[in-house]
Amino acid sequence: MSFGVIITALLALLLLGYFIGRKRSITLSKERSQKLHSLPQYYGYLIAFWSSVPALLILLFWAALESSFIISAIVTQLPMHLQQLSTDEIGLFINEIINLSNSGLIAEDEVKRQAVSRYNELTEFSTSIKSAIVFILAFVGMFVALSFVKPEMKARNLVERLIRWAMIGCASIAVLTTIGIIFSVIFESIIFFKTVNVFDFLFGTHWSPQEAIREDQIGGSGSFGALPLFVGTLLISFIALVIAVPLGLMSAIYLSEYSSPSFRSFAKPILEMLAGIPTVVYGFFAALTVAPFIRDLGESFNLSLSSESALAAGIVMGVMIIPFVSSLSDDVISAVPQSMRDGSYAMGATKSETIKQVIIPAALPGIVSGVLLAASRAIGETMIVVMAAGLSANLTFNPLEAVTTVTVQMVTLLTGDQEFDSAKTLAAFALGLGLFLTTLVLNIISLYIVRKYREQYE
Amino acid sequence: MIDIEKREEFDIEIDKTVGKPFIDDAKFSTRNVDVFYDDKQAIFDANIDIGKNQIIAMIGPSGCGKSTFLRCLNRMNDTIQGCHISGDIKLDNEDIYHKHQDPVLLRARVGMVFQKPNPFPKSIYDNVAYGAKLHGLASNKIELDELVEKSLIRAGLFKEVKDSLHKPGTGLSGGQQQRLCIARTIAIDPEVILMDEPTSALDPIATAVIEELMIDLSKKYTIAIVTHSMQQAARVSQRTAYFHMGHLVEVNDTNTVFTNPEHQLTENYITGRFG
Repeated sequence: MSFGVIITALLALLLLGYFIGRKRSITLSKERSQKLHSLPQYYGYLIAFWSSVPALLILLFWAALESSFIISAIVTQLPMHLQQLSTDEIGLFINEIINLSNSGLIAEDEVKRQAVSRYNELTEFSTSIKSAIVFILAFVGMFVALSFVKPEMKARNLVERLIRWAMIGCASIAVLTTIGIIFSVIFESIIFFKTVNVFDFLFGTHWSPQEAIREDQIGGSGSFGALPLFVGTLLISFIALVIAVPLGLMSAIYLSEYSSPSFRSFAKPILEMLAGIPTVVYGFFAALTVAPFIRDLGESFNLSLSSESALAAGIVMGVMIIPFVSSLSDDVISAVPQSMRDGSYAMGATKSETIKQVIIPAALPGIVSGVLLAASRAIGETMIVVMAAGLSANLTFNPLEAVTTVTVQMVTLLTGDQEFDSAKTLAAFALGLGLFLTTLVLNIISLYIVRKYREQYE
Repeated sequence: MIDIEKREEFDIEIDKTVGKPFIDDAKFSTRNVDVFYDDKQAIFDANIDIGKNQIIAMIGPSGCGKSTFLRCLNRMNDTIQGCHISGDIKLDNEDIYHKHQDPVLLRARVGMVFQKPNPFPKSIYDNVAYGAKLHGLASNKIELDELVEKSLIRAGLFKEVKDSLHKPGTGLSGGQQQRLCIARTIAIDPEVILMDEPTSALDPIATAVIEELMIDLSKKYTIAIVTHSMQQAARVSQRTAYFHMGHLVEVNDTNTVFTNPEHQLTENYITGRFG
């Protein structure tokens, strides 16, 4: 029985369990003329849980381990000379077996033919055992749980406990995924740092990851000084924030303090729409409108500028992240209690004095988190930079020159056919680690600021 | 039961404010004041004088318009959308709703203390210095320090906070916060202090401290207080105004109101037949 069929059957059992459990609790309560501890649906939920979830977990567990067991079983049955091959070669061999089995072709080699038939047998056996175990577990779960249903059973509290565990499960999946990503990046980076010195990577000023393929190739020395990339990232993000923070904050203040409710309800969604525009479109806008405009403007001052510049990318990125600042700030400013405003007005303060001295300080933690969210967004942005700021890794603080960023270089390092053991590819992980640490530091700073002001203002 | 009594109240005519709404030495005088929230009328033709260096208490059941009336006196109602006021309100014979009158400057003359203590998210010192800085009342740091200290002393808070002036005002207890709000109000030296149920969020001990403070402050300031506690009105005020469903029913000396009210509605209220 295939995986999909089993899942569908389990879902059907779940529904069935719900109705049976519900029905049973009502019947029992009538028979014994005893009041139910909880509403009937809670008994339903419990039966539904026991008749599907444990079986489902076993199913997933089995599916995860199945293939590795089958493979090791096949490998032990192979002739000695094959078993002594390297892991990679055995992997290739196994892949061939699986492909043969899936395509249904007959292998010409006797050893392979045997392996294929063994593979087919084992898979079939595993599937039938799996289906049997899953359904036995489902029905046993349902009947055992049903036998526990009594009117005095505290079904509501038990369901509450199940929900608690479900929440813990969801939260741990999110956390474990994050930890997994971090470790994978760290391990790959460690391999990279075996070939390239950490200090050369962090403080080197020359970035040219192309490596020589032939010995006599000129250029392509493979130098991994990431400083220009980080400087480029920070430069563009800084320009973006210089644009986005004042504009976003001011528009948030206007929307929450000055505008009429009708204007606000119409303007806020439009402002938030800025965040919904795909970044590729912003990239177009930057490359085709803003960058040429800056170049032409430069020409009118007798400056010869390239049509790719950090400024163009930064400006457009700034526009893109305005809603992150404005929308969050607007929410926190609106959340400042009216009593604060009243208190300030009653002291004879004007509106702008009140905003500056009372409302902004009170809303500061929220505003800071909005700005940092915008900053993380700017640091991680790729598309606009590719299109408007170029690919050349210049170490410069001049916003009129072409620069490149960490994310852009990661993309160029990993696109196309790549071998996954060259320093060039692994450099992407090291860059990723650097980027991750940068945003981590930003987050820690923001948490610190938020906590400091929370203590002071609440 | 409440319904029956309410119906009884409707039968009683509210024609004209009874008692002595007008006095000679008036700080505030209001004539024919109507207040509307959009189309709903909240105050009907209020005529009353508020005497200089006196405490006047405004009492009445919830929703009777006493807070609305109080907020007319420093034009706090201006900040509420759809609120519209007609009639004359004069402070020292000067129309506060005149088109040349600046509500911001008016509020520096007529301070206000609110029901829920609302210290700013700043230090105790900055809370008190807030108004002084806005209005340029101190020319240097030393003057400002003195002003803050003086105001805190007057509000009876200085002893408790003198070692923690730079800690957040929001960390104080409810009663201390309310005294901080009073300190910040008197720091700008207003002529009138409006208090909107200033002790309703406080415990009896803090309430007693604030009541004493009010009596003390009334030597220098004119005070108008809205309160739900009739005992409080009786304890602190010289005159009492009774509001009922937007009408100013009776204004009299506090003694008279609580011992020998002229209007049937006032009597019903103070004897606890409804409220």
